[in-house]
Amino acid sequence: MASIKKPKLAVWKFASCDGCQLSLLDCEDELLAVTERVQIANFPEASRAVIKGPYDVSLVEGSITTPHDAERIHKIRRSSRLLVTIGACATAGGIQALRNFADVADYVSTVYASPEYIKTLSKSTPIADHIFVDYELRGCPINKYQLLELLSAIVNGRKPNLPTYSVCLECKLKGNVCVMVAYGMPCLGPVTQAGCGAICPSYHRGCYGCFGPKDAPNTGSLAAWLARGQLSRDDIMRFFRGFNAYAEPFRKESEAHEK
Amino acid sequence: MRSRFARKVRLMKSKKIKVDYLARVEGEGGLLVRIKNDAVTDVEFNIFEPPRFFEAFLRGRKYTEAPDITARICGICPVAYQMSSSHAMEDACGIKVGGPLRELRRLIYCGEWIESHVLHIYMLHAPDFLGYEDAIQMAADHAELVKQGLQLKKIGNDLMILLGGREIHPINPRLGGFYKVPEKKELEKMLEPLKWASEAALETVRWTASLPFPDYERDYEFVSLRHPEEYPFNEGNIVSNKGIDIPISEFYDHFEEQHVAHSTSLQAMVKGRSDYLAGPAARYSNNFDRLPAEIQEAAGRAGLGEICRNPFKSIIVRAIEVLYSCHEARRIIENYEKPEKPYIEFGPREGVGHGCTEAPRGLLYHRYRIDDGGIIQDAKIVPPTSQNQKAVEEDLRRFVEKNLHLSHDKLTWQCEQVVRNYDPCISCSCHFLKLKIKHE
Repeated sequence: MASIKKPKLAVWKFASCDGCQLSLLDCEDELLAVTERVQIANFPEASRAVIKGPYDVSLVEGSITTPHDAERIHKIRRSSRLLVTIGACATAGGIQALRNFADVADYVSTVYASPEYIKTLSKSTPIADHIFVDYELRGCPINKYQLLELLSAIVNGRKPNLPTYSVCLECKLKGNVCVMVAYGMPCLGPVTQAGCGAICPSYHRGCYGCFGPKDAPNTGSLAAWLARGQLSRDDIMRFFRGFNAYAEPFRKESEAHEK
Repeated sequence: MRSRFARKVRLMKSKKIKVDYLARVEGEGGLLVRIKNDAVTDVEFNIFEPPRFFEAFLRGRKYTEAPDITARICGICPVAYQMSSSHAMEDACGIKVGGPLRELRRLIYCGEWIESHVLHIYMLHAPDFLGYEDAIQMAADHAELVKQGLQLKKIGNDLMILLGGREIHPINPRLGGFYKVPEKKELEKMLEPLKWASEAALETVRWTASLPFPDYERDYEFVSLRHPEEYPFNEGNIVSNKGIDIPISEFYDHFEEQHVAHSTSLQAMVKGRSDYLAGPAARYSNNFDRLPAEIQEAAGRAGLGEICRNPFKSIIVRAIEVLYSCHEARRIIENYEKPEKPYIEFGPREGVGHGCTEAPRGLLYHRYRIDDGGIIQDAKIVPPTSQNQKAVEEDLRRFVEKNLHLSHDKLTWQCEQVVRNYDPCISCSCHFLKLKIKHE
């Protein structure tokens, strides 16, 4: 084994909360095994040592929100063989994409006393709007077992197994009672991509869509059911406008319910 | 020889310590210290994390959404945001959560303190003391130690998963309590691991106390919560060792955010005074008498006094707080009786609410104004790292002045360590700090 060269891994951060890259450090049982097969070459949250690129795999967390970052991501793409976006910020623009529905100048002056110091773009955009992305891990945060699946696929030269079906399937597999049918709770499970393990319905609450839209979701039909369940137009708008607000199917549905 | 010596002297006259991208901290920051004629002329703890405007986009959202949304400010301490926002909304609506629900909130906070503190002790801070670039390098020589840290951290995360649904951005906490509360027997499964964790935490206290500490102390103003009976998590007055003792609603009467000449960052200060320290050392120094006797003794055996003025020793204080969290978690689980309802149901009312809890890194203050329909009109969030930013710079200035004899590399590394003493959480702070954009 020792003769095989370990793939070089880099972790990059853009606008985000750090939670997704923390998922790697949260693999308490697996971390040391991972480092036996993967060389952590550039991961500032964990190490002050930096090994120069190019890198075999880059994990990219966060969304693009500044002119500087819009440049930086191209450099990272150029030095990466495979580039994987991790988490809702990187794959959809994240919660900070709520600015995309407002005037960012108002935002700056709400938060900062001297707005002229703030250099920010009017929109928070996903990485794939700027460069080619090889794989994406969804979630706010990502599921660490999906991260391990991805790394092990890369180490073994195969394609990662990442489902694109809905949370409903995971919920049924867990044997949960449907919180929407049985208790009338609003739930985004039918239109949200699986991967979390249907955590929210297992804790007696509706899914709030942190893994973003599934493949070909019928958001219009779900919105009609939500309206029958007495959600107001504003409530439905806010429900779709969450951690994946700027992912297209969710964006369109929230805009359809805007006054 | 003489010329080389002269060159060294000349170099010493004017030099710069610069770290462009600080490692082993949460978020994006750097530091810059300028030195001239053996005096520090300029210190900057730079934040270049892009702003995300939470306070702006919270406007127009529902009061019930604040815990889930604000959790996304920080992936390392989401529970702190969920707790401060929940308490603030409950305050606005005149609700108080007591009994087992209050205890469960303390329990999930124990999980977060363990997870966050152990991450910092073993993976971010200890490598500095032992001369490694990271915990993975450290594991090559100290495998058992790193494994112990990972196992201890995992127990904190297991508490978060059990009560919160997942370790990062838990989904179970809500206004009034939780979506679902655990059965007693589910919690009791944690007793064995927590018993081991207490032992491991005690071991961690002993080990951290044996690390080599730079000789540096400062007479800080320690600011933290203080509760009549408990070591503080969620409730209490805001107090300091220099005379502050106020209800949390008076935060802005006593603290302010200021511009200072050498930096464009907004920095929190005690009004009319100076910088202050929030975080484990402040909590510990203000609340030593609230720790159980056996933990006080463990601190004593580790050579930690009742007050900790050496910021490098915050690593021991974190270990003491991990020990306390294990102790407290066991107490809560042993006395737990499942409440009838998982949460207190309540509707919105027009008003302002304040919430202030002890995040692993220190005081986290939230204030919201909501309308009678529960729509957020105004949000204000003051995280611990923006409060500590001025103290970080002051420490850098004093530490460098005392240690000019060190080599450039050694001094640079120790300056990084001065910042890492605070376990800064830059993603949190930058939504509230002004960005420093340098054109060079």
